[in-house]
Amino acid sequence: MTTSAMTHGAHGHDAGHSHDDHHHDTSSTTLFGFWVYLMTDCLLFASVFATYAVLFMNTAGGPSGHDIFELDYVLVETFALLFSSITYGFAMISGHKGNKQATLTWMMVTFALGAVFIGMEINEFHHLIAEGFGPDRSAFLTSFFSLVGMHGCHVTAGLIWMIVLMLEVKNRGLQPRTMTRLGCLSLFWHFLDIVWICVFTVVYLMGAV
Amino acid sequence: MSQHTPDAHADHGSVGSYVTGFILSVILTVIPFGLVMTEALDKVATIWIFVIMAIVQIAVHLKYFLHLSFVTEEGKLNTFTFLFSALIIVLVVGLSIWIIYASNAMMMG
Amino acid sequence: MFGKLTLDAVPYHEPIIMITLAIVAVIGAALAIAITKYQKWGVLWHDWITSVDHKRLGVMYIVLALVMLLRGFADAIMMRTQLAAATNGAEGYLPPEHYDQIFTAHGVIMIIFMAMPFMIGLMNIVLPLQIGARDVAFPFLNNLSFWLAVAGALLVNISLGVGEFARTGWVAYPPLSELAYSPGSGVDYYIWALQISGIGTTLTGVNFLVTVMKMRTPGMKLMEMPIFTWACTWANVLIVASFPILTGALLMLTMDRYFDFHFFTNDLGGNAMMYINLFWAWGHPEVYILVLPAFGIFSEIMATFSGKPLFGYKSMVWASGSIAILGFIVWLHHFFTMGSSADVNAFFGVMTMIIAVPTGVKLFNWLFTMYHGRVQFTPPVLWTLGFMVTFSIGGMTGVLLAVPGADYVLHNSLFLIAHFHNTIIGGAVFGYLAGFSYWFPKAMGYKLDEKWGKRAFWFWQIGFFVAFMPLYVLGFMGMTRRINHTNNPDWNIWLYIAAVGGFIIALGILSQLIQLYVSYKNREALKDTTGDPWNGRTLEWSTMSPPQFYNFAVDPKTDGVDAFHGMKKNGTAYQRPGSYAPIHMPRNTSAGFIMGMLLTAFGFGFIWHIWWLVIATFVLTIVTLIKRSYDNDVDYYVQPEEIEKIEGEHLAAIQQQSLLKA
Repeated sequence: MTTSAMTHGAHGHDAGHSHDDHHHDTSSTTLFGFWVYLMTDCLLFASVFATYAVLFMNTAGGPSGHDIFELDYVLVETFALLFSSITYGFAMISGHKGNKQATLTWMMVTFALGAVFIGMEINEFHHLIAEGFGPDRSAFLTSFFSLVGMHGCHVTAGLIWMIVLMLEVKNRGLQPRTMTRLGCLSLFWHFLDIVWICVFTVVYLMGAV
Repeated sequence: MSQHTPDAHADHGSVGSYVTGFILSVILTVIPFGLVMTEALDKVATIWIFVIMAIVQIAVHLKYFLHLSFVTEEGKLNTFTFLFSALIIVLVVGLSIWIIYASNAMMMG
Repeated sequence: MFGKLTLDAVPYHEPIIMITLAIVAVIGAALAIAITKYQKWGVLWHDWITSVDHKRLGVMYIVLALVMLLRGFADAIMMRTQLAAATNGAEGYLPPEHYDQIFTAHGVIMIIFMAMPFMIGLMNIVLPLQIGARDVAFPFLNNLSFWLAVAGALLVNISLGVGEFARTGWVAYPPLSELAYSPGSGVDYYIWALQISGIGTTLTGVNFLVTVMKMRTPGMKLMEMPIFTWACTWANVLIVASFPILTGALLMLTMDRYFDFHFFTNDLGGNAMMYINLFWAWGHPEVYILVLPAFGIFSEIMATFSGKPLFGYKSMVWASGSIAILGFIVWLHHFFTMGSSADVNAFFGVMTMIIAVPTGVKLFNWLFTMYHGRVQFTPPVLWTLGFMVTFSIGGMTGVLLAVPGADYVLHNSLFLIAHFHNTIIGGAVFGYLAGFSYWFPKAMGYKLDEKWGKRAFWFWQIGFFVAFMPLYVLGFMGMTRRINHTNNPDWNIWLYIAAVGGFIIALGILSQLIQLYVSYKNREALKDTTGDPWNGRTLEWSTMSPPQFYNFAVDPKTDGVDAFHGMKKNGTAYQRPGSYAPIHMPRNTSAGFIMGMLLTAFGFGFIWHIWWLVIATFVLTIVTLIKRSYDNDVDYYVQPEEIEKIEGEHLAAIQQQSLLKA
């Protein structure tokens, strides 16, 4: 423990310089912890992907992926998510520069893009269920709704988290702890984009080919 | 220990690196979608291209958006954590598919 | 208003259950009265329930584990007596629907709510001390994990009095566990108890991995961490990599049961095999999660009580590592008979046998650690020696079962039951009990009574063999598991012997309770004044017993695995630094407890389809979490004057002790 760490509040980026101080919740520890958590999430997705892979042919007389997927629609969804990744990146860059207003603006843009993605997904699900192709129709649809829906739930959680963090940035500014939290959300958001790459490849593209 | 140097934190990415990552991702997304929509190639080739494009795009995201690297101390730790998880995922998903497909085949026979 | 919950859910007509509930109620009331009388509610709340101190959380984990051990063991005794009574066509005293719940509860409780909390409790107490850290990486998360484990345990025990528990066996295979065949609340209790506690375990794994990577005392390299810490680290790697698979499998079963999905159903293309596959892709790593830390405990004990460094430290670390990785490619041996191809069975059979190699390496390392040492036959050493014999037998029957052809004959028989009890009791439980007596003085400040400790060991050891060796025989004679009553005169004698063995183990448990009572009574005489009762080798023994709440006044300087042994040899142990700097500590918080209780209610709501309760508790949990995250006032500083005072007392006690010796 050093006194310089104390004056820095022992947290966040600046405390990193005085590191014989090894302590709770410093920025790098938190970010690493969050990364390990994301790896557990990765494995959760992996088990659902594996299940999709063994069930996708079991259509039980219902529709197959080829019958219900609309690739142009999925392409738009994909772009909404991809754009949101780069806008969140810009929010982080503005945050590190200490530009509060720009950070908030980019976060709002990201939020809007994420909301577009979720809106489109809900719309797709709604259509399928209305046509009688809900998750109770066949094992294929069960695993399709679960896999895509689980990603959607994660994005929704990310959006709620984003609201909380926008309020925090607005009220408290860009102090080190807030920056750490923004960094965690950044990992989460980009991670979901990677999961989406797997989803559109394994589910939509391979299903439609 | 977490003896990180100040420059370990400098790797937040720049506008340039984000844009590079973005453009690469767009290309890697559009090609597979285009292949399916135009049905330019036969099925097996198309699927192989999907898989390769997806893996490359994941690598692009990891490098440009998630800032994994083999250079900084923090980046290395995160990268090895990721590689280990990837190994387990390949094992669990791959072996699961093998097990179930093999048993399906036995049932057909 | 109350969903499917009606007064009929309480099993009034089952005298066994009602008597049990009455006893629990009496004990609970007595505890509450005692706490009120001695005015300890405040202490309980401020020092324990809301504590984020890893040592206190560790103690609470172990208390949970011991309580659940009694519950799970009561189930075991009921099964053994039922089977001994229900021979020659007699029906015994437990009807099948009740018996089925008992063997399910026994498995779930012993694995998830006894072994796991025991292991995590020991890890909590010891691991941060061994690496010279002041706490874990995320102290609040640690507290939350504990309360999630308690939430799961509460749900399992609520099922005793409200509704029923699953009748599916602890694995809950579909289609039996699907709504069509298990329409009651039992499987739902199973799902939510495992789901909530499993998420807590995942968080623990994340927390301790980060602790090990980021919180080691400056200068301590990874290959200088004490062996128990290494063993736990591999276990945590396994937790992080495997528990999400359980979460996924349970989630899918939940969707099937609640929302008419078709993952594992018989109709509309579901595939029950996929559940079995995912369950064991978690379940096999899970048994290594249980046993690796036990191996670490034995290693510490052997080194300490032989007065020698551990033989083959590096090979021990890498053996654990290879067991951890191999643990991920053997899971199919739990369902060889599912009927996958010969290639699949051969691959998994061979991989399983390979695991015996690193395990053998470890066994030889322990033997060579003892060789030429002056082994002191204390209770921890007895448990270790007992383990080495018992576990070797279990390991050998395991290799036998790893041969797919042999497995086709022996699977689902009592031979299998004998085998896995042989490894889990002989490996994991003996390890935890060894660790319990080894680190008890560190956690509580006084040693355990040796005489009763040795009695406990011998009852357990003899009881184990009397109870489980007959099961091997019964397995060979063709008796299958999960049977309620039998009608084969040849089996009788073996069933009687096994029941006697169960009662001998009961005497072992009784001896341990007496040991706790006797030791508490004589705590002044058994007091550990120096903090180093065994002439220990690793850093946890350099602190007071129980340790200072901040663990270390200054970051310890280490050189090598046996850091504290080195300090004592160089004369650098117990040095008073020129001055103390303020220490940064986390504040206690009630958020973990609140979230744990909310999620208990959440699970209960789901089980009984009380949707308003589900929504309300879910929203409140999220709100609590966000509020806690928003709170920036989560830490404080311990001032040098206070540190000076505490450290002064410790050093004075050590000085006095060394004067006495001289």
